[in-house]
Amino acid sequence: MSNIDSKIPEGPLAEKWSRHKAAIRVVSPANKRKLDIIVVGTGLAGASAAASLGELGYNVKAFCYQDSPRRAHSIAAQGGINAAKNYQNDNDSVYRLFYDTIKGGDYRAREANTYRLAEVSPNIIDQCVAQGVPFAREYGGTLANRSFGGVLVSRTFYARGQTGQQLLLGAYSALNRQIDAGSVEMYARHEMLDVVLVDGKARGIIVRDLTNGEIKRFGAHAVVMATGGYGNVFFLSTNAMGSNGSAAWQAYKKGAYFSNPCYVQIHPTCIPVHGSQQSKLTLMSESLRNDGRVWVPKKKEDAERLRKGEISAVDIKDEDRDFYLERRYPSYGNLVPRDVASRAAKERCDAGFGVNAEGKAVFLDFKYAIERLGRETIEKRYGNLFQMYEKITDVDPYTHPMQIYPAIHYAMGGTWVDYNLMTSIPGLYAIGEANFSDHGANRLGASALMQGLADGYFILPYTIGDYLAGEIMVPKIDTNTPEFDEAEKNVTGRLEKLYNIKGDQPVDYFHKKLGHIMWEYVGMSRNEEGLKKAIEEIAELKKEFWSNVRVPGEMNNINPELEKAGRLADFLDIGDLMARDALTRNESCGGHFREESVTEDGEAKRNDEIGCYASAWEFQGEDKEPVMHREELVFENVKLTQRSYK
Amino acid sequence: MADKILKKIYVKVWRQNNPSEKGRFETYEVENVSQGSSFLEMIDILNDQLIREGKDPIAFDHDCREGICGMCSMYINGHAHGPDSEITTCQLHMRRFEDGETITVEPWRAGAFPVIKDLIVDRTAFDKIQQAGGYVSVNTGGVPDGNTIPISQVDAEEAIDAAACIGCGACVATCKNSSAMLFVAAKVSQFAKLPQGKVEAKRRAKAMVAKMDELGFGGCTNTGACELACPKNISISHIARLNREYLKAKFSD
Repeated sequence: MSNIDSKIPEGPLAEKWSRHKAAIRVVSPANKRKLDIIVVGTGLAGASAAASLGELGYNVKAFCYQDSPRRAHSIAAQGGINAAKNYQNDNDSVYRLFYDTIKGGDYRAREANTYRLAEVSPNIIDQCVAQGVPFAREYGGTLANRSFGGVLVSRTFYARGQTGQQLLLGAYSALNRQIDAGSVEMYARHEMLDVVLVDGKARGIIVRDLTNGEIKRFGAHAVVMATGGYGNVFFLSTNAMGSNGSAAWQAYKKGAYFSNPCYVQIHPTCIPVHGSQQSKLTLMSESLRNDGRVWVPKKKEDAERLRKGEISAVDIKDEDRDFYLERRYPSYGNLVPRDVASRAAKERCDAGFGVNAEGKAVFLDFKYAIERLGRETIEKRYGNLFQMYEKITDVDPYTHPMQIYPAIHYAMGGTWVDYNLMTSIPGLYAIGEANFSDHGANRLGASALMQGLADGYFILPYTIGDYLAGEIMVPKIDTNTPEFDEAEKNVTGRLEKLYNIKGDQPVDYFHKKLGHIMWEYVGMSRNEEGLKKAIEEIAELKKEFWSNVRVPGEMNNINPELEKAGRLADFLDIGDLMARDALTRNESCGGHFREESVTEDGEAKRNDEIGCYASAWEFQGEDKEPVMHREELVFENVKLTQRSYK
Repeated sequence: MADKILKKIYVKVWRQNNPSEKGRFETYEVENVSQGSSFLEMIDILNDQLIREGKDPIAFDHDCREGICGMCSMYINGHAHGPDSEITTCQLHMRRFEDGETITVEPWRAGAFPVIKDLIVDRTAFDKIQQAGGYVSVNTGGVPDGNTIPISQVDAEEAIDAAACIGCGACVATCKNSSAMLFVAAKVSQFAKLPQGKVEAKRRAKAMVAKMDELGFGGCTNTGACELACPKNISISHIARLNREYLKAKFSD
């Protein structure tokens, strides 16, 4: 039986959050200064949370593995952030943003959380404007908006192609203000390696100072994980090289449930893989689909000649081009959601119409927009993205269409949290990409930044108070206790073990192998046989890794290979859980195409009879099968329909 | 288009095990590098080779590998972020190099950025400058609707020109005085073009400049090397604006 309590407040959807806020407890200012909070990760969610908690008067300690919070991978988000402002008078509303997000997530997100996300979204824009985030403006000085995939209104706020950067720098500046004021202590180049529980509650963390290898202990009354996603399990992804799932995995091993691990977003507009020396994939903003038209040749022989390099895209006449998104989805066209666009691209490439040497690319063409709007307008809208594309591929996208292909982008799965964003461990919270609650099986564009900031600025600061109100009598956490001793011993033991294997192969060798298994069997398209094979192959690879990895350098110095080894050890376990989770989900939903579950016209077939739940996996011990609990998803306000973007 | 393979290149790179050790150059050979690979992917290949040979791989800072996080930081053949303009090292590709070439790689050189190991330097001085006043003093919540603060499109565009700074430190590393003026100017200039935070503009300019001096960055002599090295094309006109803001603040003392 399920022992999941999501703590969703009673009452009508639109009133749940305000009623909940009125009912939960508040900590007095005099008591806030006695309470310590640890925030791990300082991207959009972590930095906004740490800053807001510091402003409230708590003592905050913030940690990140980068050399500065300004480097968090949130900075790389390009396109924009949604908010239900209805500035365009196009009939947008909180309900419509909620509905689009729930539908976009293929009805596998939690209704109450998603509604709250839409509800606080307008405040985020106001907050960022007040911080001096330079959003794009109309001539009259008002905020500009654009449209994004999966949506029929213009509700996306943006700052050129650097929205993530500007929002993060806004949160970073709020964080800096608190660091200067002394309410936040910042620990950069520190990696969390374990969470410490005392009497079942999260009471601290063990970290490694990445500059000198020193293992340190920190205690607090509550711990917040804002550690992002685990997409790097695929090796090639759009994530930053250091993005990892280790903090979430350590929390899982301590009893925090891990939810929907098999949900990883596939983004349709990445620069395709080429060659074998590539280390990561680069995303082209989804906003490009506002003006770019996606196509492949109609004739197979044209595709073959393209692949051989005998002709180029410009040699193919308009009537010989298959604008397959416009053909299949006339009402949304090139603006279909990410999962639909990704699957359609893969379908065309699998059918033999791929346009690069590897046969794994489609065109994104700006010829038509340039003819209509002029090159100058396109340059103004997307200039930096075009420059980036040219630098990477050596092709000028003003004269030749871009080549794009789907890639791993964002983890919708993550640590299970209740409505208060608390995990199944009391006092341990997970916010932003690190949790699972708001996106379901797919994520619409411009909604990740929204969730990170919603959680950090406007949700966690309230809900954590409810928990901490019960902790005001707890004195400062003593880190010289058996619980901290043991956690530190485990961390040190594991590092020494990795270091002492002294095998033959570098960490990346194993990571690439894991990536192949994951993309092949746990990627966009999955079936039972493949998933079982993945579980076996990951187990073999894990064994090989733990007996044959070579970690060079010193323990007590900066040692990127040792960091990578620890993260990969966790990725091997996460990959295993992802395959197990995918195996139990015998339906197609979002970007997760289960080959056994397809409609007659080849679209993904969701099955609400069996699939209307969020999985919540419970750790049972090393090398023991984990147990899956189900949180049944209840939809009282939206009718579940097969998604159609036709 | 198939990329050509560089059969052999030589990488002459700065090795320094810790801040107190004396550094030295080592030269390594790398074979079969695709010209489609990025410069950092070439270092990955070299590191793979070093690990297999039982040697210590080269430590270098990098993260997003798409030109925006500002983490990668190296001097390549005498240029910050390599020979191309307006890109970071991670966006530099091997098609810029020839077969048989020797490529010299060094860390950022500035007293305020001490070497931690090999190519990794400590840039926390930048964070400290921002902490001294690179923000608008506004708490979370209780702010007005975004459209009640209208900003002309021209001002918003100029603000974002300045805000595009990624804090990589190429400007400091390139400056003969190791000055942080372009970095500081970018932040001060962003806010100078916006109505938000105007009330604390004077305090901001003075505090950030004072912190920059205190942390050991040199003075600006308007040589302009910083602008040339900047991967985000931040103009030195922002330095002029910083100077105006600073003087205004000083005169009103």
